[in-house]
Amino acid sequence: MTTLIGPLGVRESSTLAPIARANPVAKMAVAMVIPIALILTVDPVTAGTALLLEVLALPWCGVGPRRLLGSGWIVLLSAIPAGLLTLLFAADSGRQFIALGPVTITAGSLTAAAAITLRILAIGLPGVVLIVTTDPTDLADALAQVLRLPHRFVLSALAALRLFGVLAQEWQALTMARRARGFDTGFGRAEGFGLGAVRRIGSQVFALLVLAIRRATVLAVTMEARGFGVDRRRTWARPSRFGAGDLALALGGLLIAVLATVAGVVTGSWNLVLA
Amino acid sequence: MVQARGWGWRHGTRKAWAVRGLDLRIEPGERVMLLGPSGAGKSTLLAGLAGLLDPIESGGDEDGELLLDGVPARQARVQGVRAGRALTGLLLQDPQAQTVLARCGDDVAFGLENHAVPADRIWPRVEQALQEVGFPYPVAHPTAALSGGERQRLALAGVLALRPGLLLLDEPTAMLDPDGAALVRESVAAVLALTGAGCLLVEHRIAPWLPLIDRVVVLEPGGGVRADGPPEVVFAEQSAALAAAGVWVPGVRVGRSRSGTTAIATTIVGPPPDQPMAESGPRTWQSGERLLTAAGLAVRRPGQAEPVVHDLDLTVTAGRALCVVGPNGAGKSTLALTMAGLVGPAAGTLVAGPELDAGAGPHPIRWRAGELLSRIGTVFQEPQLQFVAPTVAAELAVGPARVRGPHRRDPQQVAARTDELLTRLRLSHLARANPFTLSGGEQRRLSVATVLATAPRVLVLDEPTFGQDARTWAELTALLTELLAEGAAMLVATHDQELVDELGHPDLGEVLTL
Repeated sequence: MTTLIGPLGVRESSTLAPIARANPVAKMAVAMVIPIALILTVDPVTAGTALLLEVLALPWCGVGPRRLLGSGWIVLLSAIPAGLLTLLFAADSGRQFIALGPVTITAGSLTAAAAITLRILAIGLPGVVLIVTTDPTDLADALAQVLRLPHRFVLSALAALRLFGVLAQEWQALTMARRARGFDTGFGRAEGFGLGAVRRIGSQVFALLVLAIRRATVLAVTMEARGFGVDRRRTWARPSRFGAGDLALALGGLLIAVLATVAGVVTGSWNLVLA
Repeated sequence: MVQARGWGWRHGTRKAWAVRGLDLRIEPGERVMLLGPSGAGKSTLLAGLAGLLDPIESGGDEDGELLLDGVPARQARVQGVRAGRALTGLLLQDPQAQTVLARCGDDVAFGLENHAVPADRIWPRVEQALQEVGFPYPVAHPTAALSGGERQRLALAGVLALRPGLLLLDEPTAMLDPDGAALVRESVAAVLALTGAGCLLVEHRIAPWLPLIDRVVVLEPGGGVRADGPPEVVFAEQSAALAAAGVWVPGVRVGRSRSGTTAIATTIVGPPPDQPMAESGPRTWQSGERLLTAAGLAVRRPGQAEPVVHDLDLTVTAGRALCVVGPNGAGKSTLALTMAGLVGPAAGTLVAGPELDAGAGPHPIRWRAGELLSRIGTVFQEPQLQFVAPTVAAELAVGPARVRGPHRRDPQQVAARTDELLTRLRLSHLARANPFTLSGGEQRRLSVATVLATAPRVLVLDEPTFGQDARTWAELTALLTELLAEGAAMLVATHDQELVDELGHPDLGEVLTL
């Protein structure tokens, strides 16, 4: 059975890596505080320092290079072209290396390209680790118990996420069922790609939504029948605690943000981005 | 104890009452089977007892009283949650929609958490409930890996952990194959014996449940109780009426028995039409032609690398039915979808004979959808997957309008055939209804009609009788038999032994066991 939530659906608590095992709220804190520091500036020293420190922490995250790439490719996919485009089109300054018409590569554009690439990687990495090492159920438990978000909202979202995994299978079944009714797949070789394809995909998406809503309605009945939503009071079978280790992790994230910023300011590379 | 006193409920969007004037009393521990034609309000009564019908929230109207241990059911649910114990436990049909969480143990714990059971007492009760239903996996097992029957067992454990005095079972096995259904029945039997809880059960196929039941209540559509008493008495008095209402009454065979002893199917289905279906089809079909030939065929599920079935040699022949049987996961549906030109073969070849090919080429998977339509028609297990139009009439018009090539008919022929199908499958009065609002039996008839609308030579049916009541079953079997006589070819993937007895009979076809 394939599900969209793939690696998230499996509990990783057996892992020994302390960061992977930390409370999801602590991991979220890290994945938020570092980007805040990096969004303020575009410079290679701040971003590079942050990325270096993050990579040094990786061995405690319990994520091998393969899993990191498996989930983090989208970050790489955006970092590399963003760097290349900056390299080619950034405002010129300093020594000029190559000039081909409007395309010039100068010391200034090299620096800017490095800054952009490192920044995207340093912002993305903690997020990828959060996603790869956090089970959605544990995240929901933490959001409701540690951050005290309303449990009706959190648990409904969690249940919806599980149904989301079923959608991939239903899409496949729908594709076949619609072919049997005379509708080729949106990407089918036979009927071309233009506006017709958009319409066909649109109507199939609509059909999928209808099925999803019907199923979600039954799921809601199931949840209500088991007492969901009656009372504010609720207990938790999986207590989610924010301990000293979690605090240390969150502070560690803050430390990375601070150290990176200090390095940028001290070297004179740090520059505040306004708007 | 359940007491209904002149109880009625009307859903917010409807004019008619789903249940009206119901007087009923059920003692603690009683095991009651609730029968009645579709639309008699069986599911509504169960939802009412679960405390889920709220005139304010859902905008319905309530009449009379529905009491659980003397307290209105809605209030009883809220009191139960506050007291940490549910009075009723509701089990529904759709296995996918009854799993709340990603891990089995968490799913069972969900209800206990909502009832504010202290955390240290939750896990022992989860373990106990899983044990009581005979659940074979540990608490950390992912729910995504469960079969339908296992899911229903898990849902039963989730309900059971709340120690309800009354189980409300709303067709819990309707969407399961026979093995899965047996699993669920075993679990329910064990649980009832162990906990002394009572049950209120709604099911179409009642025979396998009968050993568990000590009372049968038949609801009258439009309100009230038609019959009430021990099973043997009710069935003796009501068997004809129940059979007509689609209930699988024990001892009454619904098939078109070849020995000619049974009249029910014919009385339900009515006499065969004056003209055979093929008249408005492309031509008079000859039996015996080889329409599809598979050689060394291996099939695999979409998105999977490994084939489920290898090295199959088979032919689909005009006028014959090929029944594909075998346990769950053996690849019956996958084989059917492959033969239907919807999934490409993993290995080997699937070739259409010249008669079927008719200019579209020998490989069904390469046909355009518009070419496939008039050659191979597929009826899916879930009719809803195939609905694309806002009304029943429009649904029937979709296929013929999309046919390409020599089989395309002019609008007049199409209209004639559509009308014929509406009448033949008793859908005329629903022509303007939305397909999604039809009952299960009506949806099944419509899905068959949409396929027949394009007069395909080969019919592929995947579990066509799943969850169907006796009346729809008989109609369907009769129709398929007639189509065979008219020269259609059929491939039927099914668990339904009675259907195999009919269509796989040497007079009509073969049986392939995977």
